[in-house]
Amino acid sequence: MSRRYDSRTTIFSPEGRLYQVEYALEAISHAGTAIGILAKDGIVLAAERKVTSKLLEQDTSAEKLYILNDNMICAVAGMTADANILINFARQAAQRYLLTYNEDIPCEQLVRKLCDLKQGYTQHGGLRPFGVSFIYAGWDPQRQFQLYLSNPSGNYGGWKATSAGANNASAQSLLKQDYKEDCSLKEACGVAVKVLSKTMDSTKLSSEKIEFATVGQTKDGKIYHRLWSADEITALLKEHDLAKDENTEDK
Amino acid sequence: MDLGRWIIGGSLRPCALLSLASVRSVHPDRLKLQCAFPLELQSSRHRDLGPVPTNNLKLPLADLHLLSNFVHNIAKMEILLGITGKDFTLIAASKAAMRGATILKASDDKTRHLNKHTLMAYSGEAGDTVQFAEYIQANAQLYSMRNESDLSPSALANFVRGELATSLRSRKPYNVNLLLGGVDPITHKPSLYWLDYLAALAPLPYAAHGYAQYYCLSILDKHHHPDITLGQGIKLLTLCTDELKRRLPVDFKGMTVKAVTKDGIVDIEFNDDKVVKSA
Repeated sequence: MSRRYDSRTTIFSPEGRLYQVEYALEAISHAGTAIGILAKDGIVLAAERKVTSKLLEQDTSAEKLYILNDNMICAVAGMTADANILINFARQAAQRYLLTYNEDIPCEQLVRKLCDLKQGYTQHGGLRPFGVSFIYAGWDPQRQFQLYLSNPSGNYGGWKATSAGANNASAQSLLKQDYKEDCSLKEACGVAVKVLSKTMDSTKLSSEKIEFATVGQTKDGKIYHRLWSADEITALLKEHDLAKDENTEDK
Repeated sequence: MDLGRWIIGGSLRPCALLSLASVRSVHPDRLKLQCAFPLELQSSRHRDLGPVPTNNLKLPLADLHLLSNFVHNIAKMEILLGITGKDFTLIAASKAAMRGATILKASDDKTRHLNKHTLMAYSGEAGDTVQFAEYIQANAQLYSMRNESDLSPSALANFVRGELATSLRSRKPYNVNLLLGGVDPITHKPSLYWLDYLAALAPLPYAAHGYAQYYCLSILDKHHHPDITLGQGIKLLTLCTDELKRRLPVDFKGMTVKAVTKDGIVDIEFNDDKVVKSA
């Protein structure tokens, strides 16, 4: 029955569903987990990097966390190739705004710009939707630190803590349990690794398997964002006793 | 305009009289000027030149740049003043709408509200000014509607600068000078931006456009302080307008005065009837 309605993104099924959009969401739920937690003095984004083969050259740079502009970063869950298109679009939009107004684009506006593009592919063109969910972390003077989640349908929402990708349902319930209002950025980082360790297949984590990034504020009030180095991630894992044992690694 | 006093005063060169003439047609190699009114006046300082022929005057093209100066002189007679203080920005604009030597209106409002806490005052070529100001106003309001938040004064100033810069490089640029005053909706900091038709942008504590600059900037240099109150700001503005009444050869018909505070834009009662004797 559904065969007749899922070949095109633009057609509703008799039950009022858009199958291609739902399939895109399904594709994302197989991708590595990404989570974001909003703290009172910053935001942490963490993502699981799926290691497909031992022979694959381990890219030192981030492949799931991207910088959008001076006050915004994002985590990707889904098809990296699709994400690259959208990230390029977002970076251009942010720079265009900076050129016209000499101010950084407000976070929600950038998210909406991207979602408008995503929505377009659910309605016309006869093309497939973008198979990516984004978790955005940013700061703007009006609403301070903000965390958003968007999906292929073009919907987005603001969150205190959220997740996307594989096991996102369980990640979400773990976040609900562990999240504390007014937590500090440091505490949020702790929650992030704990949740990741439970949703990922292996309980012991390593810096090759996860990526970490934070948005925060320096003492003099400047906003910074930082993608963590492998050493910093290892240090954080050790602190929370989640690091892979040196002995087991040798075996 | 007090034309009689202006010319009999004898401070004008014959060429300045041309500024009073409206340009009717421009030939490729010769510039033809037609006077909007018959003039048979003589400048006292240039008596040797005889009566100035004004009804059908021809100038070589080399004088074109002079003419452009004359056209600007009329716009320069329009007064725009801006003063920032502790928690406000004052914007004042002359009430006279002038065309050539004629005052068409004595209650002109040369300002537009861009949003709740940003005000723009304009001077320049008639027609261009209102067209451009309303274009900017419409864009500011569209932004507010789309994004449920207002652009900050600084963002607006940069937007206006961009639009002017694009226009400047077009076939028919807007000939508009602007003052943009506002109070930041988040930080409540007052700000004032000076923009001219060449798309130069400068954030300033106090500013003026046209001939008013020559008379008022020295007064403001001496008396302005960033921490002044609104009352002190209005007093400072009165010092400026008194000097303008004293020295400017035209009657600018008083000032429209508005203040931007964190609560919005308010009209300020300003005494235009005060008579100031020339020095």
